[in-house]
Amino acid sequence: MTTTQWIVNLLGLTAVGWIVWYFWLQTKAGVAASLMGDVQEIDITVKGGYEPDVIVVKAGVPVRLNFTRMESSMCSEVVSFDGLDRSATLPEGHTVPVEFTPDAPGEIPFQCQMGMLRGKIVVTT
Amino acid sequence: MTDLSKGEQGRPSGTMSGEVQYTRLDLEGLHCSSCAPTVERVLRGVPGVRTVAVSVGTNEARIAHDPGTVGVGELCATVEAAGYGVASVDGVPRTDEARDPDESEHAETPDPEADSDVEAHRREYRRLMRKFWFAATVSVPVLLVAYPEIGWLYLPNLFVVSPSEGLVWGLFALSGLAALPVLAYSGRQFFAGAWSAFRHQSADMNTLIALGTSAAWLYSTAALLVPRLFPEGTAVPFYDVATVVTALVVLGQALEVRAKGQTSQAIRKLIGLQARTARVVRDGEEVEIPVEEVQEGDVVVVRPGEKVPVDGVIVEGRSALDESMITGESLPVDKAAGDEVVGATMNTTGSFKFEVTRVGKDTALAQIVRMVQDAMGSKAPIARLVDVVSGYFVPAVMIIAILTFLAWFNFGPTPAIAFAVVTAVTVLIIACPCAVGMAVPMSMVGGVGKGAEHGVLIRNGGALQLASKLDVVVLDKTGTITRGAPELTDVRPAPGFRQDDLLRLAAAADRPSEHPLARAIVDGARDRGLTPPEPEEFDAVPGHGVEATVEGRAVLIGNVRLMRRASIATEAVEADVLALQEEGRTAMYVAVDGRIAGVVAVADTLKEDSLDAIRVMRDLGLEVVMLTGDNERTAQAIARQVGIDQVLAEVVPEAKAVEVHQLRADGRRVGMVGDGINDAPALVEADVGFAIGTGTDVAIEAADVTLMSGSLKGVAYAIEVSRATMRNAKQSLFGAFVYNTLGIPIAAGVLYPAFGVLLSPLIAGAAMAASSVTVVMNANRLRFFRARSFESSVSAPRNAIPEVAA
Repeated sequence: MTTTQWIVNLLGLTAVGWIVWYFWLQTKAGVAASLMGDVQEIDITVKGGYEPDVIVVKAGVPVRLNFTRMESSMCSEVVSFDGLDRSATLPEGHTVPVEFTPDAPGEIPFQCQMGMLRGKIVVTT
Repeated sequence: MTDLSKGEQGRPSGTMSGEVQYTRLDLEGLHCSSCAPTVERVLRGVPGVRTVAVSVGTNEARIAHDPGTVGVGELCATVEAAGYGVASVDGVPRTDEARDPDESEHAETPDPEADSDVEAHRREYRRLMRKFWFAATVSVPVLLVAYPEIGWLYLPNLFVVSPSEGLVWGLFALSGLAALPVLAYSGRQFFAGAWSAFRHQSADMNTLIALGTSAAWLYSTAALLVPRLFPEGTAVPFYDVATVVTALVVLGQALEVRAKGQTSQAIRKLIGLQARTARVVRDGEEVEIPVEEVQEGDVVVVRPGEKVPVDGVIVEGRSALDESMITGESLPVDKAAGDEVVGATMNTTGSFKFEVTRVGKDTALAQIVRMVQDAMGSKAPIARLVDVVSGYFVPAVMIIAILTFLAWFNFGPTPAIAFAVVTAVTVLIIACPCAVGMAVPMSMVGGVGKGAEHGVLIRNGGALQLASKLDVVVLDKTGTITRGAPELTDVRPAPGFRQDDLLRLAAAADRPSEHPLARAIVDGARDRGLTPPEPEEFDAVPGHGVEATVEGRAVLIGNVRLMRRASIATEAVEADVLALQEEGRTAMYVAVDGRIAGVVAVADTLKEDSLDAIRVMRDLGLEVVMLTGDNERTAQAIARQVGIDQVLAEVVPEAKAVEVHQLRADGRRVGMVGDGINDAPALVEADVGFAIGTGTDVAIEAADVTLMSGSLKGVAYAIEVSRATMRNAKQSLFGAFVYNTLGIPIAAGVLYPAFGVLLSPLIAGAAMAASSVTVVMNANRLRFFRARSFESSVSAPRNAIPEVAA
């Protein structure tokens, strides 16, 4: 193999390794919801993803997630909470609150209809 | 999970802690970034306001305030005094200046939501189509100068015999420049989406398209500008890939948006049912007001042909109401004072007044809409595998693209680098995660909507999937197969008595009684044109019957024990009694002046379409079982009439769940159909619980499927719809998986060594666009689904089906 070939192959394999690390192996830090009155509240911006996408809440306290979709792409039109059997349609530019009370610690994933955009709520004690 | 807002896309107004109220105002007139601080400042100045946050992005102000000191009205007034407008309070459009916050919590017009949803889809479609046309217009000339080696496709060949190298290069350079605005304008969302996703450590379809098109453009530009970097003969630009693929994918997205709009039509139809105005009696006068302003306790007037605006109870007048939009029941239902009416149903010829019991989000319609929306967004269990796959899909495709590149680069024929780039780009472009991810949800939206059209509310995707797999359907007898209310069926006088006299006396004796059997006899007598007189004396003998004096004659009506007590010989009618019991009817002895006068019989009667519905269920290959607390003989009599062979009789209510459990024990999937109240444990125990409602109370928690009408056909229909939906979802899913698992390797060039077949990135772009559109279109086919359960009844008038007495 020539030097060029070595370099190209090495770059390619590095890129593969980097993809695995960046998309799959990295863990994300969560953002804690803030307590407003009796409700843990957090604003989530929907634009190519959920910002923030990992939200830490306490069990037993009502949670209000305020989703605001800031894009016209239809992909993010619906956010669904699989474990809760809940979903909400997010009209562009409007804030749509989703409320529930998590009663046990664990994780509650949420995502767009196709599962391309994902986020999760980490419920702690 | 406890549910704060009952699954509603909440309108969280109201007091949270007892002192602080959170209010959200949608503002108008925020034109600049300096407006937000202004509004914040004026609001903070109001006594009782604790915190204020104004966002220019969403045009809203979120205010924490002390409701005792400052009300929502005052907040709005403050904003307006500062020169801005308030479009809505807590998501509820403001129409009335002096609205009080408690009222606004209830007032909710789904209409604007529906309209804006349609409008948003249209807007997005038009926006994408503009992008498509731009990309397509640029693509044509770019394509026509892209392949100098294909003579007939190369435009300059029309003008010059043999284009010079300089001309070819110049035209490529122009193509490269022309492709830039296509990527920047038409393909903007791919890059923006890819970047947002990247920042979230995720990758989606946008990532793939952005990578594919930009790789094509960058490679071409490098080949054009510094050809010496590349081995001899490989420095060939392919700008056409960047533009054509962008055009095709944008077109695919546009078609997808349009098709999606059609799939969710059912929910819009439901939302659109809401009346806009109501005629309310205020201070003795009828005034027409917007439906949001109707309050509980108002009296609403409904004239012939008008829509009932909200839920309530008739206080005056009578009419027949068409409830088909809610219950799926095609014939109008007679209603009079004391009967419930449901918002969105249509009054026919009479007129009436009703007192409002539920408004806004509490109405049956609003609850149905919410339930259907939630169900549409929920996942069927088969989609969970897809979720796992789609989490890995896009990065995996990127890895495959890199490996493809390396494989061609290392082992490919010359020009290796050109092959390597083209195949890697093709892999990126052909992969369609959308088709995979969309398959199940799209079918779910179609199927749940289809159910709602006929008053069948499926709670979630899990219920739908299970309903499609049922082997056994257990039907409760009373109230499910039968009407649940006894009716007079037979009057058999003993020798020496006339039928009418017998019935008249029996009914008179029963008049003061509250017993359902007594009511059935009195109603039966009236239906036959008799007017039973008031008895002079009346005495109910618990467990036996009734003793009364009617027109001076001593009348006894009751069971055989009552007759024995009075030492009355019953031999003359025993044969009749036996025959009636054999048919499953409840026979009662009547004695007049110490002598047996005859027998009257009552029975629960079948619902008109129970027979048809059960036939359809059997046609669907389901095993039908009847479950009842009644005695074996009555149960068998009913079972014979409707064609059920398997009967579980004399089952006490508490044991129903046990019976269901036993049926499930041998691995069969069991659906239980009951009225949702006494049958709740059995409904929960079953794989799928069907609550058969004769009303519109949709808050039946135990049920997986709620039938708004009392007809058993809803059960057959629900099963048919769920089967069709699951079939549809599986087709789409299978198609999408096959497409990707075949498409990606072919794009990578696995067929090249053996057959010399290599996919053009242009074809890959078209295939990718087509695959996601196909999924949505396949889901749309569900709209045309025709159920067997409703075919026969559509044309047949109600009275054509013989009413079978039980």
